[in-house]
Parts: sequence; C-alpha cells; structure tokens
Amino acid sequence: MNFDPMKIPWSLLGLFIVFCIGMFIRGFVPKITARVGKRIGIRIYQPWFDYVKNFSIQTSITHGYMFYLGPVFRLTGGIGMVLFMPLIHGSWYFSNFAFAGDMVLFLYLMFFGTLGMALGAGESGHPYSAIGVARGLAQVTVAEIPLVLAMLAVAAQHHTLSISQIVAAQQGGIAHWTMVTNPVATATGMLALLGSMMNSPFNVVLAPQEIPIGPPTEYHGTFLGILTTNRSIFPMAKIIFFMNIFFGGATNWAILILKGWLIYMWPVIVGVVFPRFRVDQSIRWFLKVPLLLGILAVALV
Amino acid sequence: MTDKKYPSHEVTGPDGKTFTVTPMEDYYCQERPQVQKSANAVVEKFFNWARANSLWIVGFGTGCGAIEMRPLRTPRFDAYRYGINWRATPRQSNLFIISGYLSVKTLKRAIRVYEQMQGPKYVLGLGSCTINGGMYWDSYNTVKRLDYYLPVDAYITGCMPRPESLLDGFEELKKIIMAGEANGANLYAEKFDWYKANQKKIIKNWDMPDYSW
Repeated sequence: MNFDPMKIPWSLLGLFIVFCIGMFIRGFVPKITARVGKRIGIRIYQPWFDYVKNFSIQTSITHGYMFYLGPVFRLTGGIGMVLFMPLIHGSWYFSNFAFAGDMVLFLYLMFFGTLGMALGAGESGHPYSAIGVARGLAQVTVAEIPLVLAMLAVAAQHHTLSISQIVAAQQGGIAHWTMVTNPVATATGMLALLGSMMNSPFNVVLAPQEIPIGPPTEYHGTFLGILTTNRSIFPMAKIIFFMNIFFGGATNWAILILKGWLIYMWPVIVGVVFPRFRVDQSIRWFLKVPLLLGILAVALV
Repeated sequence: MTDKKYPSHEVTGPDGKTFTVTPMEDYYCQERPQVQKSANAVVEKFFNWARANSLWIVGFGTGCGAIEMRPLRTPRFDAYRYGINWRATPRQSNLFIISGYLSVKTLKRAIRVYEQMQGPKYVLGLGSCTINGGMYWDSYNTVKRLDYYLPVDAYITGCMPRPESLLDGFEELKKIIMAGEANGANLYAEKFDWYKANQKKIIKNWDMPDYSW
C-alpha cells in the first residue's frame, strides 16, 4: 500500500459526505415508516436537531474507563470501515486507504464496534444494557455466518480479497455485476444484511418496548452523540460495501447515492412489512435459508 | 439517608479476603448537583434552538394524565412532527411530564427519575393536580403543589387536558427554552437544600441517596 499524506484530507471529506448521506437517510427512513402508518412523521432534518442537542447536554456521568471507550470503539468501527474502503471506483480522491486485503479488515471492523460497545455497556452496570448487548451479539454473530460465506464465494469467484479489484472486475455493464454472475452469493448477502441494519424483523436489540433502548440505555449526552454519529456512518459503510461487492460499485457520487439509497430501501421495505422477531426466532431463521444459501454459494463457485 | 436499613457489613470476596461495605457510601455517589454555566451567548442560543426542537420525553406516566400522551403518537395527533420523541430511559430524556396527580409513593420515583436525567432538563406539569391538587386537594397521600418538590417549567391546566392542549403546552415550552428561561436544573441545584427539605418532609421512608446520579 503506497501511503500518500494528501489522501488524508480527501478521505476525511469522503467520510463527511458519507456522514451527511447517513444523517439524511436517518431522517428519511422514519418518514417512510410514518407514512406507512398514516402519520406525517418527523421532520426530515430532525436528526440534526437531535445531534446538536445531544452534544449540548451540560452534565454527564461516568461508570469507568470502559464506559468512555465503548462509544469510541463503536465509532472507530464505523469510521474505520469508511476509511479503508474505496468509495468511488477509479477516483484517486475517494479511493481512501484501500489495500489488497481490505475485505478481511472490513469484516473485522464490522464486528469490532459491537464488541467495544459490549464492554462499555457492560461496565455501565445496567441490566438492560447487558441483556441488549447479549442479544445484539447473538444476532450479529449469526447474521455474520451467511455474510462471511457470501464474501468467501465472491472472493473465490474473483480470486481476490481486495474490494477495489472486485469492483474493477464488475465494470462494463450490469451483466458483469456479481448480482448477475453470482446470484446465490448476492441473495445470501442481502439476507444477511437484514440482520445488521436494525430494522424490523431484526431490531429487537434496540426496541424500547422489549428492553428499554438496549445497549445504550445508560449512554447520554455526548456519549449518545458519538453513538448517533456512528449510526449515520456505520449503516452507510455497510451499504457502500454491499454496493461494491454485489452491485458494481460506483463511478461517481450520484451513482453511489442512487445505488446506496436503493440498497438501503431493501431492509426498510422488509422492515415495514414484517413484524419483529424474538432473538431466538431470528437466530433460527438465519441458520436455515441464509446459511443453506451461503453454503450453496460457496459450493457453486 | 437512613443507615439503619442498609448498615455496614463484612463481605468475603472471591479471593477469600474480607472487607467492609457501607452500601449507601460505596454504591452511590454522594456529590451534590452543581449549577452549570452556560456557554458563549451565541452558542447557547444555537444550543437552545436545538434543545427546543428535540424534546425527548421520559416514558414514565406518573398519573391518570399519562393516558393523554398515548394519542400523541397516533396518526391523529402525531407529535413526532414537532420534534417530540419518547425515550425509555431517563438518561437520554430531557423532558419529564408529571402527568396528573402525583402520589407520595410515586413522588419518590419521580425524584429519582428526575435526578437521573442529564441537564438541561425540563418538567411539564400536566393537569390541575400538579398546580393545586385538583380534585385530590384533600387527599392524604397526594402531592398538592408540584413545584415544592421539582422545578416546573410550564403547566398545562385542565382535568383532563386534551392531547391538543399538550401539543400547545409543548409549543409554549419551546418558546421558554428558546428564550433561555428554562433553567430548572440549575434552580434545583441552587435551591437543593430547600427541595430536599420539602421532599423529606412528606417522604417518610427516605432510603436513597440525597441525589441519585
């Protein structure tokens, strides 16, 4: 990997753009779910108000070092995913710090934040946090199995673990996309995506009706602000990753926003149609069709 | 704080060593709340604008008035469009609605919830009961005047006020916040001894720290 210091400001700009898209979508998706429920719904810029409000909270309490580090780890996972992923194919400015084995790092960082959060929320001593994290980890782990199988299938198909090379191999029209050349892996990946996007049926982890708020129960003010920053960056990073792996990547920001939006709508539509699973139900679900599809995807390559 | 209920006692740790535990001192923070200084005037104005447009209500219905909050989440009233949201944890909330009558038993919980919220925090008194006891004016176990016990920023009168009144109350509260006059948390810290004396006067079994961090 050739390191060029000039890439730092460009990567940060890319990160900021991804954050803004994430903030917009966080206002847009509740609007859609509200319209489905025949409500008017929140203002589309409401997440920005909440964001500033969280950072304007004057007092805060702590439960120890790990309580501080929980949100930091979470945000590190989200930012790390964006910084090591090529956002725009063929662009020097927005290729970030992509390198030969970035897919492995990406899969690692996807889990990293959840683990950090588990330690932080565990130190808060709140039983709801501990239950929420246990449920979250169980669900993410089981959703990760089909996802990794799908990634292995794609990596074996293109003989590389580099996201940039996988995107490059898909250029030249829709017929070259992994979606067409490897539909089984794409189907597995898209089913696995449902498990980590915090939409129904897999949002029991954060559901206020089940366990009040879940892992971030004790987090407030600036801590919550950092967590919401990550909630804008992390899902967008996953969406862009899926776009790169399965849907041919993007050659400019307009394509990225369009494809990203369409992929984001997949868990949202599933979410407004299907009711919530309990954790044991979602674990069983992931170990049935997505897992079998994943094994099939690896076997077929 | 009564030490009779939670006396010091010897505990043997997993490593075999014994040590003394005084629950109220060891498990709870004993510090008093401090008055928070506001930031630069321009920044504070910007913050107040954001705070007013992001009211997170702690999901704790203290009395019969809580039933009037539920319709606000339905398509008919839809309070979400005004930046109002409900949170299930006091840590993340900044608005506490005392919904209707407040019994002495609930007051204890209300104080704990209020103190766990992070400032700046606001209290909205819903219904006549929070102002003068309302129809419970001669009840033996109901709080007559809420602002003896918690700093109230605004009241919504009526018995019961309709959800529209609540929406109007939120708009009034927003004006108070934007004007920078919603300083309940600081008032509570300033007059801490007075509030505690009032609270302890009617809560006989006070078995919690003076301030629940």
